[in-house]
Amino acid sequence: MTAIGWIQIFLFCAIIVALTKPFGWYMTRVFNGERTFLSHLLRPVEAAIYWISGVDEKREQHWVTYTVAMLLFHVGGFLILYAVMRLQAVLPLNPAGQPAVPEDLSFNTAISFITNTNWQNYGGESTMSYLVQMLGLTHQNFLSAATGIALAVALIRGFSRASVRTVGNFWVDVTRTTLYVLLPICIVAALFLVWQGIPQTLGPYVDATTLEGARQTIAVGPVASQVAVKMLGTNGGGFFNANAAHPFENPTALSNFVQMLLIFTIGAALTNVFGRMVGNQRQGWAILAVMGILFLAGVTVTYWAEAHGTAMLDAMGLTGGNMEGKEVRFGIVASSLFAVVTTAASCGAVNAMHDSFTALGGMIPLINMQLGEIIVGGVGAGLYGMLLFVVLAIFVAGLMVGRTPEYVGKKIEAREVKMAMLAILVLPLMYLGWTAVAVVLPSTVAAMNNAGPHGFTEVLYAFTSATGNNGSAFAGLSANTFFYNLTLASAMFVGRFFMIVPAMAIAGSLAGKKSIPPSAGTFPTTGGLFVGLVVGVILIIGGLTFFPALALGPIVEHLADNANTLF
Amino acid sequence: MLREIRPAILVLLLLTAITGVAYPLAMTEVAGAIFPRQAEGSLIERDGKVVGSALIGQEFKDDKYFHGRPSATTSPDPADAGKTVPAPYNAANSGASNLGPTSKALADRIKGDVDKLKAENPSSAVPVDLVTTSASGLDPDISPEGALFQVPRVAKARGMPEDKLRRLVAENTSGRLIGIFGEPRVNVLELNLALDAATSK
Repeated sequence: MTAIGWIQIFLFCAIIVALTKPFGWYMTRVFNGERTFLSHLLRPVEAAIYWISGVDEKREQHWVTYTVAMLLFHVGGFLILYAVMRLQAVLPLNPAGQPAVPEDLSFNTAISFITNTNWQNYGGESTMSYLVQMLGLTHQNFLSAATGIALAVALIRGFSRASVRTVGNFWVDVTRTTLYVLLPICIVAALFLVWQGIPQTLGPYVDATTLEGARQTIAVGPVASQVAVKMLGTNGGGFFNANAAHPFENPTALSNFVQMLLIFTIGAALTNVFGRMVGNQRQGWAILAVMGILFLAGVTVTYWAEAHGTAMLDAMGLTGGNMEGKEVRFGIVASSLFAVVTTAASCGAVNAMHDSFTALGGMIPLINMQLGEIIVGGVGAGLYGMLLFVVLAIFVAGLMVGRTPEYVGKKIEAREVKMAMLAILVLPLMYLGWTAVAVVLPSTVAAMNNAGPHGFTEVLYAFTSATGNNGSAFAGLSANTFFYNLTLASAMFVGRFFMIVPAMAIAGSLAGKKSIPPSAGTFPTTGGLFVGLVVGVILIIGGLTFFPALALGPIVEHLADNANTLF
Repeated sequence: MLREIRPAILVLLLLTAITGVAYPLAMTEVAGAIFPRQAEGSLIERDGKVVGSALIGQEFKDDKYFHGRPSATTSPDPADAGKTVPAPYNAANSGASNLGPTSKALADRIKGDVDKLKAENPSSAVPVDLVTTSASGLDPDISPEGALFQVPRVAKARGMPEDKLRRLVAENTSGRLIGIFGEPRVNVLELNLALDAATSK
């Protein structure tokens, strides 16, 4: 670990914190339907969308209607995406002549992108046409992100409103998020990334003759427009197989830094939106503090482990850390930081191969996802996931002192706690359950790229990533098989919707409750004690759930590595 | 509930048109006008022919060129479509080894490369980037140590003084951005182009 490395990490955190308040202010105005500096440009477009679609923007929805609208939107998105993949051979903008994507892979990919997972059982440049990348994948990057944000806003309204039956209008929330938040930032970011070297062209793959006279076919495409939204919307689905490690998706140290900022910025700012909407910004800062503590702990472990390297490299006299599966322009620190950011945030883009990380360095991304990606988290999903843990922490605090727990003026009662537990428990059922099934099947063992405990970790990582809607991988696993395509799709589906529906039920139930003023017996939720309590609840619940699985994978591997035992 | 079906179809189609068609096409037009070189892929031409991209590594095997890092990219096996064969620096199919820290296959590969490099230049320590594969398989860069390590071999193959080569390496080394971001590095293709130009002078 070096001083320059820590300066990069510190600058990253400082910029995110500095952006949180102004961006939170802007997004709050957007979600409240107030005018912004972009309104004179975008309001006519917005109004036209409502007029054509028959949306009455003044009419709000009950939480059930809001949820049904969200689900219908996903069904439509799934059908479009599945259709363009199956039909890509006969559709335009296919200069590389890609054939139709097979049925099971199309199914897996469509589920993957509508759930904001962007797990990729395919290599982009060798499978997808430009039309699929744009019309199928780029558009779902926007819409799945907008959906996540809309749901978080609906849950926030549940906390901030009192004695009402509605939580907002899904169509209005999705449209405004797309037009006022995602699109303007993506336009600026895409141009910045092209300047840094990311291609943006509809021209065919380029044939070059290398200096030694060999032929090299260089895949290009409309990359920058997709990369911008894949980061901002914490989607993470790469244009190319190597994702953000590919020099055309992430050409410089600066493009890398900006992409990490894009991943975290909305998630962090949503904590401020929460604070503003419930009438006390310190409530938002307390939540961001919980996230920040867990984030820095993860960064420290991964950075240390990667810089420290492995016993195998030591034995051969190689110094400079674990560079297998990393790019020279990023080095150890930017690769470690990116790995923690992308898994904390449910993004899943990678600028280094997690499969080749050291045992402990690769365990942190796994833990980040298993905690439910609440450390900043996916856009929207991170906040509503974190609020579920807050509900639990408040409940635990209430048990300790024997009072009905309250949070931001709302009584937390049996219904909320049950829903929060349902959402939190269904996730390990998916990733532990499917891993258990997978490792006893002979075909699955054949799909592993590594032997020993690392092979087990590859499988555990795959189902964890799918359930958490992350999309990063220990990519050695050959997961483009019938079994994995279907089981991973089911994990992505359950991980997304069995989290969303209970969260929306909580939103509906809270919105209907009276708001009660804080009294002398109210547990303050803006101070250090609260922050410590939430961190504790997260680590205890998480630790009890998945520590045994970690012990079989990365922890055993770490001990083997220390003894320089190879498999 | 039924009245949500019309917006479900129309809002979806309209937002799809904006984000999936208008946005990428507009970005392509604008980027092509403002940054045409980057938008096309930062291609490098020599004598009117495209020799590669400044951002994409290519394979160098000849002793008279500086070599890039090992690459784990593959291409489909012409004999059996279900299998792949090694194809280093295949820029149409990026990818990595994905071998873990306790992999015997990885240890054997690195050991073989270390032994080869030690035979070539016994006096220096082997830089780690020269024996590890990159994440994309297309890493255009090596570390400055990785370039300097190869100077004796290139000098011998070209009959050039080592001092001159070290100067070329120094000229083609990029530092950290504002002294903080990224790592010092040498773009292998650009270094080799400069090398060819210096030789023909």
